[in-house]
Amino acid sequence: MAAGVFLTQMMRDMKSQKLRTFLTVFGILWGTASVILLLAFGKGIHAQQQKAFRGMGEYIVIMWPGRTSMAYQGLARNRQIRFREEDATLMKRQIPNIGLVSPEYTLWDAKGRVGKTEKLMRVTGCWPEYSPLRNIIPQMGSRFINAEDMEQRRRVIFLGTSLAEEFFGEENAIGRIVLVNGVPFKVVGVMRQKEQDSSYNGRDTHKAFIPSATFKAMYGYEYVNNIVFKADKPAHTERVKKGAYDVLGAKYKFDPDDEEALAMWDTTENEQFFSTFFMAFRIFLGVIGAFTLIVGGISISNIMNVVVEERTKEIGIKMALGAKPRFVMSQFIFETLTLTAIGGLLGFAFAVMVVSVVPSFNVEDYIGTPEVSTSVAIVTLSILGFIGLLSGWFPARRAARCDPIEALRL
Amino acid sequence: MSSNGSIIKLDHVHKVYDTGKIKVEALRGVDLDVRQGEFLTLVGPSGSGKSTLMNILGCLDSPTEGTYYFRGEQVQGLSLNRLAEIRNRRVGFVFQNFNLLPFSTALENVELPMVFGGVPTRERRKRGEEVLERVGLGDRMDHKPTELSGGQMQRVAIARALVNHPDLILADEPTGNLDTASGQEIVNLFEELWKAGHTIMIITHDPNLPMRTERTLHMRDGSLHNGNGEGQ
Ligand SMILES: Nc1ncnc2c1ncn2[C@@H]1O[C@H](COP(=O)(O)OP(=O)(O)OP(=O)(O)O)[C@@H](O)[C@H]1O
Ligand SMILES: [Mg+2]
Repeated sequence: MAAGVFLTQMMRDMKSQKLRTFLTVFGILWGTASVILLLAFGKGIHAQQQKAFRGMGEYIVIMWPGRTSMAYQGLARNRQIRFREEDATLMKRQIPNIGLVSPEYTLWDAKGRVGKTEKLMRVTGCWPEYSPLRNIIPQMGSRFINAEDMEQRRRVIFLGTSLAEEFFGEENAIGRIVLVNGVPFKVVGVMRQKEQDSSYNGRDTHKAFIPSATFKAMYGYEYVNNIVFKADKPAHTERVKKGAYDVLGAKYKFDPDDEEALAMWDTTENEQFFSTFFMAFRIFLGVIGAFTLIVGGISISNIMNVVVEERTKEIGIKMALGAKPRFVMSQFIFETLTLTAIGGLLGFAFAVMVVSVVPSFNVEDYIGTPEVSTSVAIVTLSILGFIGLLSGWFPARRAARCDPIEALRL
Repeated sequence: MSSNGSIIKLDHVHKVYDTGKIKVEALRGVDLDVRQGEFLTLVGPSGSGKSTLMNILGCLDSPTEGTYYFRGEQVQGLSLNRLAEIRNRRVGFVFQNFNLLPFSTALENVELPMVFGGVPTRERRKRGEEVLERVGLGDRMDHKPTELSGGQMQRVAIARALVNHPDLILADEPTGNLDTASGQEIVNLFEELWKAGHTIMIITHDPNLPMRTERTLHMRDGSLHNGNGEGQ
C-alpha cells in the first residue's frame, strides 16, 4: 500500500536528480559486476586448472619400485625391488578398499610407421582399467583396449591424439594398421583431446597403448615399469597405499614401514593442495570484489544522507501529519534497496553478458570458461542485500529521529 | 455550537527551551480548557509562545512541566508511535507557509495523512476528492503547489487537515502569507467548518479575526490571559 507512494516519490526524486541517481546506481552496478566477474573467472580458472590437472587421472597413485633401506628377515638393505604384472593382480585381490589397478609396461623408443610416415613413439602396455584410471577416453566410434584383446593377446593399438594426427591427419584411423618396430598393429581407438598439465613418461597425446598381455608376449619383459591404482573413494587412498606396502612387503620381503622400498606419487595430495590454493585464490578475488561493492555501498549511504538532508522539511511535514518513525525509516530504506537492486540487476546483467562473450575469444586454454553459478549469484546477492540494508539503515534512522518542529522551521 | 466533551486540558504547563547556553522559558504555567466544537483565536506579540503552545497542543512537542490531557488521555510519556497516531487521526495542522509537498499534486498532498493512517488506495482517492471539492478545489486536484495561488495552497492544506476527520484543527497564522481577500476566504472557510461541528483554534495577528470567534486567548510572555473567560 505504502510501496506505491514510496515509488512515486522516489521516481520524482530520481528524475530531478538524474546525475546523482546515475552515479549511485553505477557504483553498485560496478561493484556487483566486479564481484560476479571475479568469482566467475576464479571459478573458470579453477575448473580449467583442475581439468588439466586431472588430465593425468583423478585421485590416482602411481607406484614405482624402489630400493630397501632397512634390513628385514635376514635380508640386507639396499635391495632393488621389481614389479611383475601379477603384482597388480595380487594388489587387486588383497588390498581392501582398492579401486582400479593397472600395471604399466613401457617401450621407450619404438619405431612407428604408417606408409611413409615414421615416428619415434612411446608404447605403453596396460590393462583396460588404465583408460578410466588415467582419463584416457576414446573418441566417438572408437574404443580402448578390452578384455578380449587381453585374452587373445591381440595386436591392437590405441593412439594418443597427436600421434593419430601425425600418422593419419584428418583421416579416420580406426581399422588402419600401424607398424611398431615392423610388426603390424590394428588401430582400435584414438584418444579424445584432453588437457594435461602433469605427467610421467611424457604426455598421453604422444603415446600409443597396447594390451599388457600382447606387450609381454612380444617384447618378453619380465618386469613392469610401474603400477597405477586408486582407492574406491579418495578418502581411502592412505589406507590403500598402506595396503600396497603390506602386500608387496610380504611378497618381496621388505619391511612394510620401509618407505623407500616403493616410490609413490599420490595425486590426491596435489589435488588437496590445489583445492586449498584455489579456494584461497577465489576468496581473495571475492574479497576484492566485495570491497568494490562496499565502496559502492558507502557512496550510496553518503548520497542517501544528502537526500535525507535535502528532504528534512518533507520529513517534518510527514511527521506532523502523523507518519510514524517506522514509516519514515522504511521509505529511505526502500529507496536505498531499490537503487541497490537496480544497480545490482544491471551489474548482474553486465557480468552475465561479459561472461557469455568470453568463450568467443578462444581463451579457454588459459582462463577456462568463466561461469556465473548459483553459488556465485547467491553470494553476490547476499552481499548486495546486506550492503543495501546497511547503507540505507543509517541515513534512514537519521531521518526517523529528526525533530519535526526543527524540520518544519526550515 | 459547543458541546460538552473536553478536548484539551492544560494544567500549569511550562516549556523551557534549553539551548545549552541559555534557557528560554517559552511557556510559564499555562492553564487551558477547550471543549468540543469551540472556535478560538490565540493572539499575542511575537515571541510570546503561541507557536510553542500550539505544537504542544498538536502533540508535536511535549511540556517540560505540568500536564496535558488530550481527550482525557495524558500526553506525557506516550510513545512516539502513539503521538504520531494522535497527530494523524485527531489533529489537523494548518501552517502559515502551507507546508505542502512541492512535487506532489493537490490530491496526493491531501491523501498523505490517509497513507499514514493505512487507508486503502481506493478510499484514499475518494475521500481526498470529496474534501477537495468541499474546500472548492474540485477542479485543481491534479495541480502541483507551484501551479496554485497562495489561497488555493492554503485550501489544499486545510483539506489535508480535514481529511482524517480530526477532533481538533490547529492553524498557525493561516492567513499570514495571504492577501486580504484570500485571507478573508480562508477565514470564511474556517467559520463554515466550525459551523459544521469542528473544533478550531487559530493563531493570528489579524486584529479583526477575534471578533468572529467564540473565544480569544491572549498570550503574553508565555502566559495566557483571559484564557478561560467567556468570549469577549
Ligand atoms: N527551538 C527553540 N529553541 C530555543 N528557543 C525557542 C525555540 N522555539 C521557540 N523558542 C523561543 O520561545 C519563545 C516563544 O516562541 P514561539 O515561536 O512560540 O513564539 P510565537 O508567539 O509563535 O511568535 P510569532 O508570533 O513570532 O510566531 C521565543 O522567545 C522563541 O525565541
Ligand atoms: Mg509563531
